[in-house]
Amino acid sequence: MSPQKSHTPQYRPTVGLEIHVELATASKMFCACTNKFGDPPNTNVCPVCLGMPGVLPVMNRKAYEFAVRVGLALNCNIATYTKWDRKGYYYPDLPKNYQISQYDLPLSSNGYIDLPVDSQVKRVGITRAHLEEDAGKNVHDLPDCTGVDLNRAGVPLLEIVSEPDMNSPQEVMVYARAMRQLVRYLGVSEANMQHGHMRFEPNISLWIFDEAETDGGHYTPIVEVKNLNSFRALEKTVVFEIERQINEWQADSQNYRMDKMSKQNRGWDDVKEITVFQRHKEEAQEYRYFPEPDLLPVEIDEAWLKQIRSQVPELPAARLERFQKEFGLEAKLANLLTSEKSIADYFEQAVRAGASAKRAANMIQSQGLRLANERGTDVGSLGVWPERLAQLCKLADADKVSATATVAIFEAMMESEDSAEKIAQDKNLMQVSDASELESVVQQVLTENTKAVEDYRAGGKKSKKARGFLLGQVMQKSKGQANPKVAGEIIDKKVLG
Amino acid sequence: MELHELTIQQLSDELATKTVSSREVVEQTLKRIEKYDPVIHGYLEVHSEAALARANQIDQRRSQGDKLGPLAGVPVAIKDNMCTTEGHTSCASKILGNFCAPYDAHVVKALNAADAIILGKTNMDEFAMGTSTENSGFGPTRNPWNTETVPGGSSGGSAAVVAAELAYGALGSDTGGSIRQPAAFCSVVGLKPTYGRVSRYGLVAFGSSLDQIGPLTKDVSDAALLLRTIAEHDKRDSTSVNAEVPDYMAKLNEPIKGLKIGVPKEYFGPGLDDEVAEAIRKALDVYESAGAMIIEISIPRYKYALAAYYLVAPAEASSNLARYDGVRYGYRIKNPKDYVDMYSASRADGFGPEVKRRIMLGTYTLSAGYYDAYYLKALKVRTLIKEDFDKAFENVDCVAGPVTPTPAFKLGEKIDNPLSLYMADIYTVTANLAGVPAISIPCGFSAAGLPIGLQLTTKPFTEDLLLRIARMFESATDHHLPRPKLQA
Repeated sequence: MSPQKSHTPQYRPTVGLEIHVELATASKMFCACTNKFGDPPNTNVCPVCLGMPGVLPVMNRKAYEFAVRVGLALNCNIATYTKWDRKGYYYPDLPKNYQISQYDLPLSSNGYIDLPVDSQVKRVGITRAHLEEDAGKNVHDLPDCTGVDLNRAGVPLLEIVSEPDMNSPQEVMVYARAMRQLVRYLGVSEANMQHGHMRFEPNISLWIFDEAETDGGHYTPIVEVKNLNSFRALEKTVVFEIERQINEWQADSQNYRMDKMSKQNRGWDDVKEITVFQRHKEEAQEYRYFPEPDLLPVEIDEAWLKQIRSQVPELPAARLERFQKEFGLEAKLANLLTSEKSIADYFEQAVRAGASAKRAANMIQSQGLRLANERGTDVGSLGVWPERLAQLCKLADADKVSATATVAIFEAMMESEDSAEKIAQDKNLMQVSDASELESVVQQVLTENTKAVEDYRAGGKKSKKARGFLLGQVMQKSKGQANPKVAGEIIDKKVLG
Repeated sequence: MELHELTIQQLSDELATKTVSSREVVEQTLKRIEKYDPVIHGYLEVHSEAALARANQIDQRRSQGDKLGPLAGVPVAIKDNMCTTEGHTSCASKILGNFCAPYDAHVVKALNAADAIILGKTNMDEFAMGTSTENSGFGPTRNPWNTETVPGGSSGGSAAVVAAELAYGALGSDTGGSIRQPAAFCSVVGLKPTYGRVSRYGLVAFGSSLDQIGPLTKDVSDAALLLRTIAEHDKRDSTSVNAEVPDYMAKLNEPIKGLKIGVPKEYFGPGLDDEVAEAIRKALDVYESAGAMIIEISIPRYKYALAAYYLVAPAEASSNLARYDGVRYGYRIKNPKDYVDMYSASRADGFGPEVKRRIMLGTYTLSAGYYDAYYLKALKVRTLIKEDFDKAFENVDCVAGPVTPTPAFKLGEKIDNPLSLYMADIYTVTANLAGVPAISIPCGFSAAGLPIGLQLTTKPFTEDLLLRIARMFESATDHHLPRPKLQA
């Protein structure tokens, strides 16, 4: 044991993340079977993905393009020549007892992503992103036996490996969420967590250093936690591990060190909310990688790469910046609008159709996203397509409907294909802003409420309240259709002269 | 001439002129199988009913004047490692003994499209691993020329049924000589096409980068005809090559003028049986008399070929055979303790000793720490052997030599000595490692009356040339004509 020191050593978490993303191609990675979640077990299968004798894989070009798209968006080097390898291990959900993957020549490597963390730019390196096939699933809730569902076997899976560049649970979460946003932006994955489209494997270690010493500090042994399938589990795992490793270090700082103890795998127990030891990496499985002889190497030429590059849309970070500059939106609102490509596209289309940016942004925030969320759909699928949102925005901008009325009109537009204006008229929600039309109503109210008119004219304490009362009467008489701003001006003119 | 003595082409002519019906041909062949195959054991399974039904169908279409395929009504056999929806596909292994394939292999579809009649599945060394067909999980095949000797392997069943005239032709597969070596032992023609010429879809994989399907026939013309039927680009096999398939029959009988034949000096070293060497020399004399130039050449890396082969093939096999685990199909032990027990006990019980030996060799070869020293080095040797052939073909049209170091050996003679069995592959594995086409044609008999084969090899995708060179020899000699006397 080390002698007790008077001061506490400091620590810095060092986290790298492996993310597995299922790609949303129509068919599987090496056969023509449908790539779909949730179908009855073993319905999306064929001799190839069942690993029958004599079958051969054929590469899904679309999956390869999707993967390269991600590599480009992550600023990776795209390999012009790659190959496939077999990774051998025995498990019932792996039909061939080897997985076709990429070992020493990943299709993309050496990239990065810039993340906003505490108003700073945090750059996280991307070691590599490579393509492989997913395994099936063992089904354990059957009586007296374990079933194997191979619908998922052969689904294209992109493994994105980061550098150990993240230094806090917060950074890990920003990174993970940015990756989800990115693959959705790129249109390569639904990244639906409930469907297992994204799985996380963090590698966590602590750098423990003492400012009073010059030995450069020590690292705790790396812990890899397998197969986390929610953001919640990821965050809790990282937080838990940091604390657990601090405790281990404090208990035995001489031996709990990377150079004295091998890497270990731990699993996350979702019920107890702790990580559980699985095995030391020195007991690691022997995968017997070798080049897959049934597939040809993949060579990307300039033309193909150019074609894939043209499919990479404006990325979230760039779009966020542009929305702030081009549309004068504040950061928070711009962030919301660019959180999903579908929302950002919807917003831009509405603006292009004539809506003012601020009105459209607010309307999407307060109406569209709220209603989409309530109905479990996205804003573009509510039936109020961008051109129609623009109609509504224009009505509001021209003071023809009140801000309050837009709520009812938006909701009505979801059920009807009528124009915003027709709905406003049918519902008597058009606002009267014409002074000559409002004159007589105001006059009538003033005649009927002489006491209030007196109070207003007298000024002082009661004056403001009296004006409000008079305006309220005008709104009531006009059945809410009077433009309160215009009506107020007429009252002011008539009473105060 | 008896019906069963006809070649595929002769039979096709008879069928076309309706001197005989396909039904009669199939019935007669089934009778011969019933009579002779209990001794030879070339077939694992005979699809009598399906074959007769198909024969009726083809006869009927013929009588209606329908257009028929090039193999219409001709009974052929296929090795049991090609998937068929008819019957079982066992690879002569207990682990797949009850396996019925849910799909037809590409070559099976091609044969059906050509209106051939598939008689049944032939015996083989388990998973094509062997040179004697003694490694079959269902008993060995015997050589029709001398039933005390082996027919060669692993396509021993296919070679034996063609030699014994229990089928008019057959398909085999060749990973390290498995078509050519039994062809030589049984005095039939056996062709291993260029890697990529024939789709492997539906061929149960042994060594994926080496495996190739090819014909075993009574003569070179029939080999040309069968190859023409099965050679085709298939998008389900990424390694099948999208290149035009020439009409192998078109110029088959035209001799090559100014033919240059290279004979590697390394092939005539120690281990080569004197009678075999003599037969090969005589065969070369035949070519010389036909105007060919015989040139001594060198395949310097030949001596490393067998070692490289026995690293690459088992490595791939260990991975290819991993899927036989009892989970989805095939043999599974009763009441396993857990899934690991299910795997290991089912595999321990289901695989034969030679297959296990090669799985272990391959697993070792691919293990971390050994990969570079073994597998990677073997791949480098492979590249060098390919270079040797490329270089040879700069100067010669064809490389000639023996197929096997000795004629057929006795059953049981070598089975306890795997290394001496592996030596039987020494002349054939080079073509698989280099991916070049190679053919074995009958070139004589030993004093004991056992067949000897001549091996010819040409550049990749020049099977047309290879077949013409083989045909030159055949038309100048009678070695391919004698047939074995069978015991009922």
